Amino acid sequence: MQKYIKIPIFFLSLLPILIIFYQIIFNQLGPEPVKEITHVTGNWTLRFIIITLAMTPLQKFTKLNFWISYRRMFGLFVFFYASSHMMTYVGIDYRFDWSSISDDIVKKKFIFAGFLAWLLLVPLALTSSKRMIRLLRDKWKKLHKLIYIISLLGIIHYLWLVKVVTVEPLIYLIIIVILLMLRVKMKFN
Amino acid sequence: MKKYKQSEITPEKIYKKRRKFIKSIGLGMSSLSLSTIPFLNKGYSQNKNELTSYEDITTYNNYYEFGTGKGDPFKNSQEFVTKPWSVTIEGEVDNPITLSAEEIISLFPSEERVYKLRCVEGWSMVIPWMGFSLSKLLNKVSVKNSAKFVEFESIYDPLQMKGQKYPVLNWPYREGLRIDEAMHPITTVVTGLYGKALPNQNGAPLRIFVPWKYGFKSAKAIVKIKLVENMPTSSWMRSSPREYGFYSNVNPNVSHPRWSQATERVIGEGIFSPRIETEMFNGYGDEVANLYSDMDLKKNF
Repeated sequence: MQKYIKIPIFFLSLLPILIIFYQIIFNQLGPEPVKEITHVTGNWTLRFIIITLAMTPLQKFTKLNFWISYRRMFGLFVFFYASSHMMTYVGIDYRFDWSSISDDIVKKKFIFAGFLAWLLLVPLALTSSKRMIRLLRDKWKKLHKLIYIISLLGIIHYLWLVKVVTVEPLIYLIIIVILLMLRVKMKFN
Repeated sequence: MKKYKQSEITPEKIYKKRRKFIKSIGLGMSSLSLSTIPFLNKGYSQNKNELTSYEDITTYNNYYEFGTGKGDPFKNSQEFVTKPWSVTIEGEVDNPITLSAEEIISLFPSEERVYKLRCVEGWSMVIPWMGFSLSKLLNKVSVKNSAKFVEFESIYDPLQMKGQKYPVLNWPYREGLRIDEAMHPITTVVTGLYGKALPNQNGAPLRIFVPWKYGFKSAKAIVKIKLVENMPTSSWMRSSPREYGFYSNVNPNVSHPRWSQATERVIGEGIFSPRIETEMFNGYGDEVANLYSDMDLKKNF
């Protein structure tokens, strides 16, 4: 049963990037297409971080186990959208102009936070297979707690980037803080 | 806003053709005639860049009074009432005065001025503004010697401007220039663009445009021009003094604390066109560099 749900969820999760491809082909990304792609992929990264972080609390509260079986897929979508986001910036926006990019990483704290967040995602993506879970056991659990730091870096990345703080990053911030606090609460219960 | 019949509006393609034609006359007759057509042959647009499309200029705006999204100003400003409209010029002047927008527009004939707009966010447009030098307006009120700065105040009307219901910025929007900057001939009072009246989302009925500074220095929908002795505090300076200086000249060598200013993206280009290098004073250094000859522009950013 779960498999039948997983496949549509997988394709649903791909929808944002498919929409972007459609918009690129039919030229519907507006006057500043590169920025638009950067923003959309960045937004979806944060949304998938939230979805991923929501799985464990949902399992605890609903006492239904199936939530957890989606967690890895959503986590990999975090990595997928974060990588698309970064590749848009590195490849399309800055055309692999490494001197400008490294200059940005050092000087711009929002780029630094974003880059660090992506870097921390890499080991999580690499150790996401069942084999690695078995191999690493307790260490795997510890390692994957990095997602808490990544989620905070991600939202800081967004907050530092905007000229004035608007509703959207604040909503993300609030949800992420709630999801992290639930974990503290679950730990003490 | 005056309603234009469809037939009155010059289609963009024809408009561009006409401009080319005028330019070619200028070139053909003599180099002298070219240099006497004001601003037609100025800098950037001529050799480097095409005009940005009317659609992009009027649908991609930073105008937080109508919302923080780029498409918000177009969406939320269509019902904005700009009639009646008055502009007060006061402060350190001999003859303070209040004029209606119509009076100002009819007193000072507008001419076409093609200038590049460079936003602090790292994008640019080339816009065929209509307008006249702010100095003409200021000379009308006889500015006193004590006036060292000019402060611009935009309209405050949260009923019509839904963005003003939120404290995103310190409303009303304020900006300022040093008196010599304000008196510079390329500092423009904008009355229109693409040969038409100024659309609401671009700052109707009257806005300022300062070509060599980041876009936010050019206040929209102005209601007050105040000549003052001391450097005014702009809305953006108040919001983040570390990030937005009073001068805010376009300067590729001074990074914004959060992003680089070395390059910019040209609005309307496809996703595979590269960024272009940002020019000092947005390419208007020949005209304005002398205003800052004895200043450290890294300190006075």
